[in-house]
Amino acid sequence: MASALINVPKKAKRGEIIEIKTLMSHIMETGYRHTAAGQLVPRDIITSFTCRFNGAEIFRADLFPAIAANPFVTFFTIANESGKFDFEWIGDNGFTETASAAISVE
Amino acid sequence: MDALRLMTRRNVVRGIAATAASFAFPCPSHAQSAARIVVIGGGFGGAACARALRRIDGKLQVTLVEANRTFTACPFSNEVIAGLRDIEAQQFGYDRIAAEGVSVMAQQAVKIDPQTRTVGLADGTSLGYDRLVLAPGIDLRFDALPGYDEATAAKMPHAWKAGEQTLLLRRQLEAMEDGGLVALAVPAAPLRCPPAPYERASLIAHYLKAKKPRSKVLILDAKDTFPQQRLFENAWKELYPGMIERISLSQGGRVVSIEPATNTLVTDFGNYDAQVANVIPPQQAGRIAQLAGAVDHTGWCPIDPVTFTSKLVPNIHVIGDACIGGGIPKSASAANAEGKACASAVASLISGAAPAMPKLDGACYNSVAPGYAFSLSGIYQPKDDIFAEVEGSGFTSPVDAPREVRLREAEQAQSWYKTITVETFG
Repeated sequence: MASALINVPKKAKRGEIIEIKTLMSHIMETGYRHTAAGQLVPRDIITSFTCRFNGAEIFRADLFPAIAANPFVTFFTIANESGKFDFEWIGDNGFTETASAAISVE
Repeated sequence: MDALRLMTRRNVVRGIAATAASFAFPCPSHAQSAARIVVIGGGFGGAACARALRRIDGKLQVTLVEANRTFTACPFSNEVIAGLRDIEAQQFGYDRIAAEGVSVMAQQAVKIDPQTRTVGLADGTSLGYDRLVLAPGIDLRFDALPGYDEATAAKMPHAWKAGEQTLLLRRQLEAMEDGGLVALAVPAAPLRCPPAPYERASLIAHYLKAKKPRSKVLILDAKDTFPQQRLFENAWKELYPGMIERISLSQGGRVVSIEPATNTLVTDFGNYDAQVANVIPPQQAGRIAQLAGAVDHTGWCPIDPVTFTSKLVPNIHVIGDACIGGGIPKSASAANAEGKACASAVASLISGAAPAMPKLDGACYNSVAPGYAFSLSGIYQPKDDIFAEVEGSGFTSPVDAPREVRLREAEQAQSWYKTITVETFG
């Protein structure tokens, strides 16, 4: 039951530096742990996070087993024009989640 | 208990940087009859320790330094907030402890010099010691949450040290109009009494249900899980349906700043305007432990769990909430057990005997309504550098149990409180 949280300013001035925050609920199971019975717990992580603005990729991160559960990714960008941010998380076992948010730039 | 585990993948790097100096025990060079023990802090740990020292060896010169003449206990103080109990039932003096031969000084300790082994008091008095026991409890970190400082606490109470803050939160609830939002900000571990925020939310809901039924309680939590979670959540469904909402860490519940002007709690993903805001900030060992140099990068005091001696400063012991206990939760019960065990260790070290292996009982009762409580308890012993629960000793109330069981535990909670306060304060 993964779910995305995003925080994008609704409005910004042209040229303003804005902060974007994202949090994806995810177990991020490393694949290195064993059960009490000695069985390997299979890896289950998010492997990539991408942010596109009006269709063009502006931020990407590859994620690895050392990333803690519920990855919280924040980054900055410059608001040049109004438009839409699309976020995408991809991971093991066919995991995929998306979210989007609009910004109006004056 | 997971809530007390210090190492997570998020902070493991800082852990690696930790260093632990160790000190050999000094030879007992002082005449056994004249050994001077100073205990700083008169809560469940310090007061129990001072008393126990006198009982173990009536020749010990024991001084208890505590700035407040009246102690206000935290356990059951959530019932004061909810209007179920008077604050007087939380208050204890030091007369009986003094009557047992402990020299009680109503002074604040402001300085510790481990070289000369002296404690400086606010009035300029200097106390020499052979061994010093620090039981300072917690300090609230007014630097940890932007917007939340001591002045803000007068408007948005923490009520995490019982007393005036407890009454302030109660008055705010009484003054709130029906339909208001009561928000609690809960910090990440380690914190004093890990299940207490959820007990508080429950008892506030109990008050609101009776007096202001359109109101809501919102818990903004910097943790994903908490002790006795299923018991609490079931009780909320049963007793307060739709009244208590909790936003966990992975749902964006961590409060990152406070806007006092609007009574707003800010998370990374939203702002919450509350009519009553109870902000429980992150915590650290009490200030005197910092001044003594007994605090490490975690903000708490590393100890040898057999003798409670500081790993950073010789001849100093640390007990209660201020020490790094590991598996044993920061609670009145733990502090009391540590106080007694520490007294025994101190007496052994002074007489040159080998300290016994301490065995600590910890118990914690959580009340969600009058006559409805559950508990967890365990026995803890030293394992490496911390306390670990003795295998098989842990008890937690069953998740599914009839109300008679909850009622019985509520009665047991009352007797637990009576016992621990009589044992500590006489």
